[in-house]
Amino acid sequence: MKCKRCRGRAEIQLRQHNTAFCRACFIPVLRRRVERSIAKERMIGRDEAVLVAVSGGKDSLALWDILVGLGYQTTGLHLSLGIGEYSDRSTEKTAAFAAARSLPLITIDLRDEGLTVSEAKSFTHRPACSACGTLKRYYFDRLALDRGFPVLATGHNLDDEAARLLGNVMHWQMEHLARQRPVLEPSHTSFVRKVKPLYRCSEYEMAAYSFFRGIDYILEECPNAVGATQLTYKDLLNRLEATSPGSKLAFVQEFLRKAQPALRTSEDSSPGTCTSCGMPAFGELCARCRLMREVESKRARRRAAHA
Amino acid sequence: MRITILPEKKQVELTGRRSGSSVLNQLGFLPGTAMIIRGDELVPENEMLEADDEIEVRSVISGGV
Repeated sequence: MKCKRCRGRAEIQLRQHNTAFCRACFIPVLRRRVERSIAKERMIGRDEAVLVAVSGGKDSLALWDILVGLGYQTTGLHLSLGIGEYSDRSTEKTAAFAAARSLPLITIDLRDEGLTVSEAKSFTHRPACSACGTLKRYYFDRLALDRGFPVLATGHNLDDEAARLLGNVMHWQMEHLARQRPVLEPSHTSFVRKVKPLYRCSEYEMAAYSFFRGIDYILEECPNAVGATQLTYKDLLNRLEATSPGSKLAFVQEFLRKAQPALRTSEDSSPGTCTSCGMPAFGELCARCRLMREVESKRARRRAAHA
Repeated sequence: MRITILPEKKQVELTGRRSGSSVLNQLGFLPGTAMIIRGDELVPENEMLEADDEIEVRSVISGGV
């Protein structure tokens, strides 16, 4: 198979785009696609500093690499989630990536913040992924605000967005569908703009990009993701993609083009302010402070039981 | 051919010359859900792999960001 651009030997076949590329041609093709997504959706201004949420996985590290390559002023933000050795290895990979490229990196260790994902899982009945999402959103928002970044970029790829869309449609989560778009403008003075520059890039493309660029990312899956519903949705979508290449891209793109604008009226009203931490909240407390209160209360009960 | 499946680090051997898609199918991977890596190169799924090749099959699916 030959590269569509240079006619050299292709290393990657993109069935959804009915094309193939060698690595030297694929890298600029993917970067250009991300650049176009950023421009089309007005994600990042040329003079804006970008806080990039990096987990140590292929998508977020590749996103950081691409944004640097496109000339954006970036700082990485990594949360060490406290999920045992998995978190330690993720933090090591992220730190090594930043150090090798002399990129600025902020690391927040949840063990220093009073609540890790593993503790939240142990003390509450919530699924670990739910607590993880709550803590990630809180610290991403908080750090972006405290450090004065106008925009936060995450590495959500096409497969993530297609799986999330399928999940939202399966349960007709109108408020979630109303907010599912590649750019979320702040709905509160303590929020910053959130962007997903990889929303048109598949999981396979991001893995290939990372491989071609020599990015040493964490290969293993989060132990809490075993049996996660999102993986079931991804499997269903990949079965569809196998028989009908381009299905995932069409599903997400056509949703954004045809259905999403009509759903924006379903969006929640603007949030209020958390009485405990001052961050945006629907209700008296924000989701993170509610989680903290629940864990603190159960910790106290457990201590009392052991006293 | 000798195959290492990642991230599980599982070792598998398959006999004969096969296409990349046949190897993935045999190992239970859907198309586009794993990279086939031979040495330092990525192998497209529709290419043939030789019986004496040593390859790595690396899953690309992750549970979230």
